[in-house]
Amino acid sequence: MKGYGGLRAESAGRPGTGRADRDDPAEPPGPVLEVTDLHVTFGAGAGAVRAVRGVSYAVRPGEVLGVVGESGSGKSVTSLAVMGLLPPHARVTGSVRLHGREILGADEKTLSAVRGGTISMVFQDPLSALTPVYRVGDQIAEAVRIHRRVSRRDAARRAVELLDLVGIPDAARRARAFPHEFSGGMRQRVMIAMAIANDPDVILCDEPTTALDVTVQAQVLEVLRRARRETGAAIVLITHDLGVVAGSADRVMVMYAGRPVEAGTVDDVYLRPRMPYTAGLLAAVPRLDAAERPVPIEGTPPSPAALPPGCPFEPRCPLAVPACAAAEPALEPVGSPGHLAACIRAEEIEAAGGAPLAARPPGALPAEAGAEAAAGVLPAGAGVPARTGGAFGGRAPEEPGGRAAPPPRRDREVVLAVDDLVRYYPLTKGTLLRRRIGTVRAVDGVSFDVRERETLALVGESGCGKTTTLMEILRLAGPQHGTVTVLGRDTAALGARDRMAIRRDLQVVFQDPMASLDPRMTVYDIVAEPLRTHGIRRPGPRVRELLRLVGLEPGHAARHPQDFSGGQRQRVGIARALALEPRLVVLDEPVSALDVSIRAGVLDLLTDLKARLGLSYLFVAHDLAVVRHLADRVAVMYLGVIAEIGRVERVYAAPLHPYTRALLSAVPVPDPGVERSRGHVLLEGDLPSPADPPSGCRFRTRCPLFRMLGGSERARCVDERPPLRMLGDDHAASCHFAERSGAV
Amino acid sequence: MSVTDEELAEQHEAGDRLGAPSRLRVVAGRFFGSFQGRAGFALLALMFLLAFAGPFLGRWSYTDRDFTAFLAPPSADHWWGTLQTGADVYAVTLRGMRRSLVVGLLAAVVGTTLAAVVGAFAGYFAGWTDRALTWVTDLLLVLPAFLILAVMSPLFASGQWPLFVLVLALFLWMVTSKIVRGVTISLREREFVYAARFMGVRPTTVIFRHILPNMSSLLVVDATLNVSAAILTETSLSYFGFGIQPPDVSLGSLIADGTRTALYAPWTFWFCAGLLVVTVLAVNMVGDSLRDAFDPASGRGRR
Repeated sequence: MKGYGGLRAESAGRPGTGRADRDDPAEPPGPVLEVTDLHVTFGAGAGAVRAVRGVSYAVRPGEVLGVVGESGSGKSVTSLAVMGLLPPHARVTGSVRLHGREILGADEKTLSAVRGGTISMVFQDPLSALTPVYRVGDQIAEAVRIHRRVSRRDAARRAVELLDLVGIPDAARRARAFPHEFSGGMRQRVMIAMAIANDPDVILCDEPTTALDVTVQAQVLEVLRRARRETGAAIVLITHDLGVVAGSADRVMVMYAGRPVEAGTVDDVYLRPRMPYTAGLLAAVPRLDAAERPVPIEGTPPSPAALPPGCPFEPRCPLAVPACAAAEPALEPVGSPGHLAACIRAEEIEAAGGAPLAARPPGALPAEAGAEAAAGVLPAGAGVPARTGGAFGGRAPEEPGGRAAPPPRRDREVVLAVDDLVRYYPLTKGTLLRRRIGTVRAVDGVSFDVRERETLALVGESGCGKTTTLMEILRLAGPQHGTVTVLGRDTAALGARDRMAIRRDLQVVFQDPMASLDPRMTVYDIVAEPLRTHGIRRPGPRVRELLRLVGLEPGHAARHPQDFSGGQRQRVGIARALALEPRLVVLDEPVSALDVSIRAGVLDLLTDLKARLGLSYLFVAHDLAVVRHLADRVAVMYLGVIAEIGRVERVYAAPLHPYTRALLSAVPVPDPGVERSRGHVLLEGDLPSPADPPSGCRFRTRCPLFRMLGGSERARCVDERPPLRMLGDDHAASCHFAERSGAV
Repeated sequence: MSVTDEELAEQHEAGDRLGAPSRLRVVAGRFFGSFQGRAGFALLALMFLLAFAGPFLGRWSYTDRDFTAFLAPPSADHWWGTLQTGADVYAVTLRGMRRSLVVGLLAAVVGTTLAAVVGAFAGYFAGWTDRALTWVTDLLLVLPAFLILAVMSPLFASGQWPLFVLVLALFLWMVTSKIVRGVTISLREREFVYAARFMGVRPTTVIFRHILPNMSSLLVVDATLNVSAAILTETSLSYFGFGIQPPDVSLGSLIADGTRTALYAPWTFWFCAGLLVVTVLAVNMVGDSLRDAFDPASGRGRR
């Protein structure tokens, strides 16, 4: 680790990013937190897991350092080691200096004085980070009183102040509430309030927004910015989301297999990546603002217990040369000052102006050509899994051709039609004498259809009813109200035999590949189950064919799901769904549980299979960028109703509903330039409870357009539920004033 | 989706080779792969061998009385000594173990199976099935098991031990079935169960293929505990003179008799007590290894 000196020395001249909310001091102060050559090892001997292998960074007051990495890259362990929160059996070496004072290996008393005082932490899951049995205000007051000699009253007053600062409305009253009365975003605000309670100098945020919806994520990131402004603290923002870092961080450190592989200013790293991993990661992220298909990185990250001797990325690297496998490259300065990369070919890439990788997106090449070029760049042995066709023969039809081939939409057969679907759940109280105290309107009049060979995406934030809609369709029983027609058959009128026949044609892929595969069964049994259920006696050949189709080794059939990585497990799930040659596949967030570098591979596979097997997809997702790359049409749901529906290009280019507009603007784009120049429509508040939805238009309580309207127009929003109006060729929105949403 | 015949043939051939081992063979392989499993199984097999073949080695039958040796210590004539009645300890202990092993193991297996089936059906189907099954469970929970067994004991007298096993099992399963029901309710919401339902697998198949295997560790541990519980229940029944009726003996009745003379004639107590301990130990070892064998994630250490 020779290079980090450069990081510290040169990053002193912090480039002005020209943001208004920064108070740039003339003389840059010294680093407040300095981590040098940090190593963390779990276990000993041959099975030792080297989770962190030489991490060095320094942050200055008011600076935001983004730490980016996939799961298992050691980014969270690093922050736990800094806080001294690792279990005793972890061996930690190196140095962590806070204001020049060594805190690594300090005794518990010193650490307790520092933790929550000078350095504080915001965790990923706000639900488990708050004690459920204490009032929120008391918990914040406690954080204050641990570090300061203040009276109970003053601490309580400070708690209310802090809640107000993080944007909790009616803070004095809400301070007396319990954590379960807060929504996820509100709880994360409380966590931030606790973190800044003692005016810390460093705030470590470990995936602070991963568990939140995009519109809430935008709010919380805004609160973090405000917290930094108020306290002048340095923030270490640990995340897997490249978009969040692009918009919020000044500098960024990319981690891979327990080591930083590239570091520098956000502009340097995002626009001029010099480490092939960073470039690959950037190309693998589905982007909201670009039509190019994301390009997967081949293979999976190495196990931290069995690292290759050379560069850990060498087995997956498209630019690997034999020398890469010899020794692990150090983090060396490259290009502009403060930019470091751990790659022996970084200089070559620098000299070529990033050429070898710029040939891959994000760049000038159109989608399919980009993917082809990538396939050409990649080592031949690896192959692109989605394309190792096997028994189905032939390569995938070229995407543009594939899209053009089917007849126009209205001539194609409707495989799924949902008309005015309603699903209410009774809200009951009491166990002995149950009485109904209300109704949860999970789905309240949803209509859409899916035609042959097309993908309809249902998007929306958690609680919008998209999963309930899915379950209602998959149940294949008559809904409470409205009709569901699958392949021309009304589900309310199905007999047992017909239902079984339709199940053959309607299959599902679930979100979490670990949860959707029975852990006690071998992959063979899992994939064979639908075949056996539908009376196929010898499923062996078909299982083999299916595993090959989804890019898995048929020889791995005897293994259990936990022997596979996340992406491979999801491929098993897809193989199972395709076993019976269905016509309609329901995808419930199929990639949201996967790492970025693997996600693109599964998306590729889904796109490819659709074109090859003529499938139709009903795709449920909360990630609008993923939807853009997989779906033909999109339906945006809000609180049990459809806010907007139409062709993806049209909805994304010219959203008509204010909610769609806000949703699209809340998705962070992994491009610092774009992210800075983009206007954001920040929604206020949380999703209202579906047990008590607002009258008239459901969105009016959070609608930015509503606030711009006059009195009589507002009355219309309050009194009249807006119908889904056709506002263009295959583009409809349920807003009375959709024509004016451009003003938002 | 067409494939050439050659390819198909090749795949047929390959597919057969591919045919992953059945779950039973995997579990058996893993069970016998562990030292503990092999040792437990061997010990249990030894106990059975002793109980069923052992009596043929001794000169005395369990009904015999040696009026020349009352309460005699172990000797060449009476290997494990004699009781106050002159009965040979070796012969009666093995006879008693034969009963206890069969009663204990059978009652445990029947009891746990009943618990698993009732609990899983109640939890999976909910509604009226759940209500009816829960009602039966609660009813059996409040019935005084011991009293009923005592009242019914005359029925078991004349070699009706299978009936005894059934009645014993009938009072063993309720608490477990409540746990099973709870676990089932949480498993029912898991995605792999939804996946199976949405591909058209019948509910009973889902229960036996996905629900019960995923709580096999619970069931195996429960069955292991039930073996001891059944043997001990039978022991306490016999102690009070119910259960296995004389002249037939069980480990329980022997231990009950032995406690009175244990201090000055230890052979009357230690042999039967020792065999009971070894039996329960073997059952526990087998149970432990079975639990590991059922769980594909075990054996690779903690993550």
